[in-house]
Amino acid sequence: MSVWLSPEEWTAVRLSLEVATRSVAVSLLPAVGVAWLLARGRFPGRILLDALVHLPLVVPPVVVGWGLLMLFGIRGPIGAPLHEWFGIRLVFTTEGAALATAVMSFPLIVRAVRLGLEGVDEGLEAAARTLGAGPVDRFLTVTLPLMSPGILAGAVTAFAAGLGEFGAVITFASNIPGETQTLPLAIYAATQTPGGEAVAARLAFVSFTLAVCGLLLAELIARRMGRLLGRAA
Amino acid sequence: MIGVALRHRFGRAGFALDVAFDAPPAGVTMLFGPSGCGKSTILSAVAGLLRPDAGRVAVGEAVLLDTARRICVAPEHRRCGVVFQEARLFPHLSVETNLRYGLKRAPADAAGPGFEEVVALLGIGHLLARRPAGLSGGERQRVALGRALLSRPRLLLMDEPLAALDAARRAEVLPFLARLRDVAGLPILYVTHALEEVDALADHLVLLEAGRVVAAGPAEALSMRTDLPLLAGRRDAGVLLACTVRRAVGGLTALGFAGGELLTTARPGPEGTRLRIRLRARDIAIATEEPRGLSTQNILPATVADITPGGDPAEAFVRLAVGPTLLLARITQGSVERLALRPGLPVWALLKAVTFDHRLAALPRPEGDA
Repeated sequence: MSVWLSPEEWTAVRLSLEVATRSVAVSLLPAVGVAWLLARGRFPGRILLDALVHLPLVVPPVVVGWGLLMLFGIRGPIGAPLHEWFGIRLVFTTEGAALATAVMSFPLIVRAVRLGLEGVDEGLEAAARTLGAGPVDRFLTVTLPLMSPGILAGAVTAFAAGLGEFGAVITFASNIPGETQTLPLAIYAATQTPGGEAVAARLAFVSFTLAVCGLLLAELIARRMGRLLGRAA
Repeated sequence: MIGVALRHRFGRAGFALDVAFDAPPAGVTMLFGPSGCGKSTILSAVAGLLRPDAGRVAVGEAVLLDTARRICVAPEHRRCGVVFQEARLFPHLSVETNLRYGLKRAPADAAGPGFEEVVALLGIGHLLARRPAGLSGGERQRVALGRALLSRPRLLLMDEPLAALDAARRAEVLPFLARLRDVAGLPILYVTHALEEVDALADHLVLLEAGRVVAAGPAEALSMRTDLPLLAGRRDAGVLLACTVRRAVGGLTALGFAGGELLTTARPGPEGTRLRIRLRARDIAIATEEPRGLSTQNILPATVADITPGGDPAEAFVRLAVGPTLLLARITQGSVERLALRPGLPVWALLKAVTFDHRLAALPRPEGDA
């Protein structure tokens, strides 16, 4: 049994990293917006929005994938216009895998960002206000830097979780090697193939290593940020 | 002139604020009162951080709030520099960036002291590269003062800026506050419940209780009144007296005031230093004959101006005229009767040279102020 990964296995690793990265890139900005609405917003549908955002945490991932298939399928209410007007097809593509992963990890980012935002002392924002800073100015120079540990924590957690997203991806984007077959899907496929135990073991080890590295990185960044923000005197 | 008139109610049956007062266009106007009297709420409303139910706030020509005319300038456009109780420095920025935060956003035509001048005034040059987390409480508050002043405000608002500090830190920051007041040339609204800050800094005083203005006027004039429990009811009640250092007399300092001279063991500064001292009413004794064989250094000829009941039924306040100056003495009712004190009676006011509080006498005031 070879210790080294075959080109196909490398493809699965690379694809997993790509899908996770793209999912975080897509969901980060909306997550900051939604976290802001949930933490600071005063509007009637707030509880509903909160529930909606957290849905992917409680609904089976396969159901989320099915929902995406209904919405973003070629004949779906969103998928059809996307396909007709822009020629964008999401089902069974890498982009689709990233979308499914983004939806699944969205609550994780929102929670972390919201925690970060709630940790920002509103007194500091009031101080910035009295010093002449308008809303956007205030957000960019005070709120955003102070909540950045939360944003970063959310991004790293979502990235790590995104590497392992299975149910929603396989339902919405299917299991196409080189296209949508990420690490967990490749491991699953290997276990279904006679004699695939070695492949599964190698990929599982890679999965494990990536997860541990992600956690270490998150901890390192959190410490560096803490120093930068003057938490540790 | 700064005009403030505010009405606000917290909740349906909550605390109600209903105040109106004017503050002079320069110097420190202190809002003084017990906790929960609404003084910090007033400051928030002036800064624009709280929107009152009704009211008007004007600084000179600039109307910042007028609910009747639907004017409510946003806090970021009010140009009110605020110093909060907890310095509220931005933790992710260096001291220098904190200081420049308001300066960068001030209108180009707004005048005020420059960066170097403010840094020198507050003695924070060695801190510029540091982060707020590494500063002591006193240093943080000095940086906060500088940051507010550098935003080129038309008005400085101070919300108990010393309350979060221990006595040593307070003593460290207080002289900087006095210097800032003298240099800034700005009106300052200052909220406090500490009499020592009133004595050291107040030009004008607004007394507040339960959301109402009890009295307002020059600090020295209010200190002579006996009908204000907020002042006269305190153990350290007494007259605030403006004086000038005249000369040194055998280890003591002679302080001149309108109508006489006082000897004190305090050494407030060189000849000509102007300062203000609090003569506590309980430290002043009265004699109907010129005393002899007495250790007391200050024996001032005076006339009884009036006698009012003290807060305690066994006590009385006696106001004594020394030239144009009024002193306040707190003595027992028994003594008033035994000595047959009555208005117009010539007496001697006795005051020991060691009773002056050195701390209170420590803040020089420049010529022409107060």
